[in-house]
This record gives sequence, C-alpha cells and structure tokens, in this order.
Amino acid sequence: MSNRLERKEQFANPELATVNVDADSEDLSRSEVLLKGALAAGAVYGTLAVGPFVRKALAMTGSSDVDILNFALTLEYLEAKFYEEAKSRAKPSGELKSLVNLLAEDEQQHVEALTATIKQLGGKPVAEPKFDFPYSGTGGFLKLAQTFEDTGVSAYNGAAPMIKSKEVLAAAGGIVQVEARHAAAIALQNKAEPAPAAFDKPLDEKQVLKAVEPFLA
Amino acid sequence: MPDVKQLAGPQSRRKFLAVGGGSTALAAFLAACGSDSDSSTGTTAMSSGSGKSETAEFGKGDVGILNYALTLEYLETAFYADVVKSGLFKGADLETIRKFGKEEAEHVQALTQAVKSLGGKPAPEPKTEFPLKSAKSVLELAATVENLGAAAYLGQAANIESPEVLASALAIHSVEGRHAAALNTLMGTTITPDGAFAKPADVKTVLKSVEPFIVG
Repeated sequence: MSNRLERKEQFANPELATVNVDADSEDLSRSEVLLKGALAAGAVYGTLAVGPFVRKALAMTGSSDVDILNFALTLEYLEAKFYEEAKSRAKPSGELKSLVNLLAEDEQQHVEALTATIKQLGGKPVAEPKFDFPYSGTGGFLKLAQTFEDTGVSAYNGAAPMIKSKEVLAAAGGIVQVEARHAAAIALQNKAEPAPAAFDKPLDEKQVLKAVEPFLA
Repeated sequence: MPDVKQLAGPQSRRKFLAVGGGSTALAAFLAACGSDSDSSTGTTAMSSGSGKSETAEFGKGDVGILNYALTLEYLETAFYADVVKSGLFKGADLETIRKFGKEEAEHVQALTQAVKSLGGKPAPEPKTEFPLKSAKSVLELAATVENLGAAAYLGQAANIESPEVLASALAIHSVEGRHAAALNTLMGTTITPDGAFAKPADVKTVLKSVEPFIVG
C-alpha cells in the first residue's frame, strides 16, 4: 500500500521554510507533514483560515485508513437510517419523494461499500449506532437533511487528505462528490443556494462528532 | 456489493494488485491504470512505468495537476461570463449562473496562488468560444461542463502528492459536484448520473471534451 505522504516536497513560499521537512525521512512524524500542509493550505483558503485549519488537520493525526473509514461509516449509517425512516416519516411527495428514495439508496450503498472496504483492509467495521432524529414534517426533515449532507461533505473533505492508500482515497472521493450532489439537491428543495461558497471547507473529527452527537440515541 | 476496487473504477482491480510501497508506487499506479479500454472515464495514464504523469504537459507533479485544473476553471469562468452577457437568462436562473461564475473565478484565483506557492508558473488563460444559442442548449452545456469538471478533479485526487494541495482540490471538487447537481436538477436529469459513486475522468477525455471551446 502506498503512502501518499512519503514524498519529498519543496515549497517556494518562504513562510513554509520553518516547517519544511523531508518527507522521505524515516522519522518524519505525520503531524509535521500535516502541519506543513495546513499552512500551505492557507494560501488557498486565505491566511485567516490557517489557524483553524492547522488544528483540523492535526486532529486526524495518527488515524489509520480503517479509523477514517469507520468514522465515515458512522456518518453513512446516520444518513442511511435518516432517509430510510424519512420515506414514511417526512411524508415526501412528488419530486421530493423520488429524491428521498434516491438518497436512501445511495447512502445504503455507501454503508455497504465502506463496510466491505474496512473488511478488505483487515479492519473491523463499527457497529451501527442507534439514532434519534428530532424533526417533524417535511420542512423539518429538509432542514436536518441539509445539515447532514453539508456535514458529510466537510467531514470527507477534512479526513481525505489523511488517507494513505490511493485506492481508499479514490473511493472516498467518489463518495464525497455524491454527498455534495445530495447537498445541492436538498438545498434546492429548501429554496437555498446549492453551492453557497466557492470552497467546501473541511471539518475535523471532533467538529463532525459534535454535529452528529445530538442524534445518537 | 461494491468494494473499494469497484469504487475506484474498473481499472483499479489491476491497480490494487500492482501498487507497492515507496517511490515505485506512483509508477505502479500509473502502469496499472493504463489499458482498460472499457473505461473511457477511467484514470488512464500516458505511459507505463516512466513516472510521467497524465498532466505532464501542464507541469511537473502537483503543479501540473493544479495547472490542468486551472485551465478548466478558466474555461468555466469564461463560459459563465459569456452566458451572463448573452441575455438568455433572467431572474433566479441568471442569479445562479452569476453565482457559479463567481465561484469559478475564485477557484481560478486560488489555483493560481497555489501554483505560485509551489514555485510553479500558472497556466495561461485559454481563449474560448462557446455556442450560446438557446437557454436550453446553454444549460445542457453548463451541466456537461460541470459534470466533467467534477470528474476531472476526482480523476486527479489520488495523484496529488502533497496533503495541502489535496485538501484544496477536494474543497473545490465538491463544489463542482454541487454545481453539476444543481444544473442537472434545472435540466430535469438525475443528480447522480454515475449512481452512488461518482466516476473519475482522465485528462485525455476531459481535454478532448473541452477542445471545441478553446480557440487559442
């Protein structure tokens, strides 16, 4: 399995000089690479975003691919259950009914794919937690759906750079794009902007868990 | 039940077996991606084992990938600007187009800055021309371009070496996915044309698709 972090990297930006490391070095800690990455990401997100991004990147330090996949699996369990339940509970009709069916099917496929991938890597898939979704009516459902899909996108975007295996990364990329598509479709149902910002910023594990904690029964 | 091999596309079966460790991994990855002809949207590599990337014509390594993305973002920005000027759209649809165009312009800025921060030279803005005949055909073209753009990012994600470039590309990738889904919704087509797992597009496929719109 290849390690994406095991590369020699050079940065022209003098700001990065202090944290520039030889990524081929054996004793290189992942946090050093991630810290460097987070600082350079500031070039894209803007300098103000650097501080929080450093913390986000470091928060996932030490996670194995199986850890990250299990983290994703928990989110997919939540979404799959949420939409499965919503088929009757949210009383969707017309276009929304088709959308809920599609999302339920996609999330279930994500659950199955992540479970299979974790097993393939020799890991143990986490058990499905029990969930409790406090909403009423179609409006309440759509609002919560927006939260879940947007959180899902940011969770994958936050965790994906820590994935070591190219195969797992490619698979996660294929899933996050679908989550983003869901988020846009739900936003249109909410009469909100499908792409509110030019960048879907990452969330770290702690932030994601905080966001989903209220729904764990 | 799809597993990671299916998720990453049909070409990954061989890739999965071929990828080793250390510096040979990239070459093995590229070699393994080369020849599955059943996958026009797979990540096809230019050469086997040479270590040369698909995006070599845009520059070395991550700079090449970023410049490839920059070229596509330039194209999308120019497209939306032309559409706004065309007068074919009004009201909410025009606002959506303006918004998407503004976001593509932000991607251009971010990628330009990222190329520079890696010590590279940003790709030049291509001269473009788009057929803007009717609102319907423009929406169709917009949906095509956005779906292709999202697939293009996905096709490169695993080739990106540095975590910060990857984080940035991912932050853009999902926004392209949002644009694509919104346009598909406007068109009345499915938001997930590839199903539950979005498929990547290789550089050759992407460049061939946008070639008709590049005039110099």
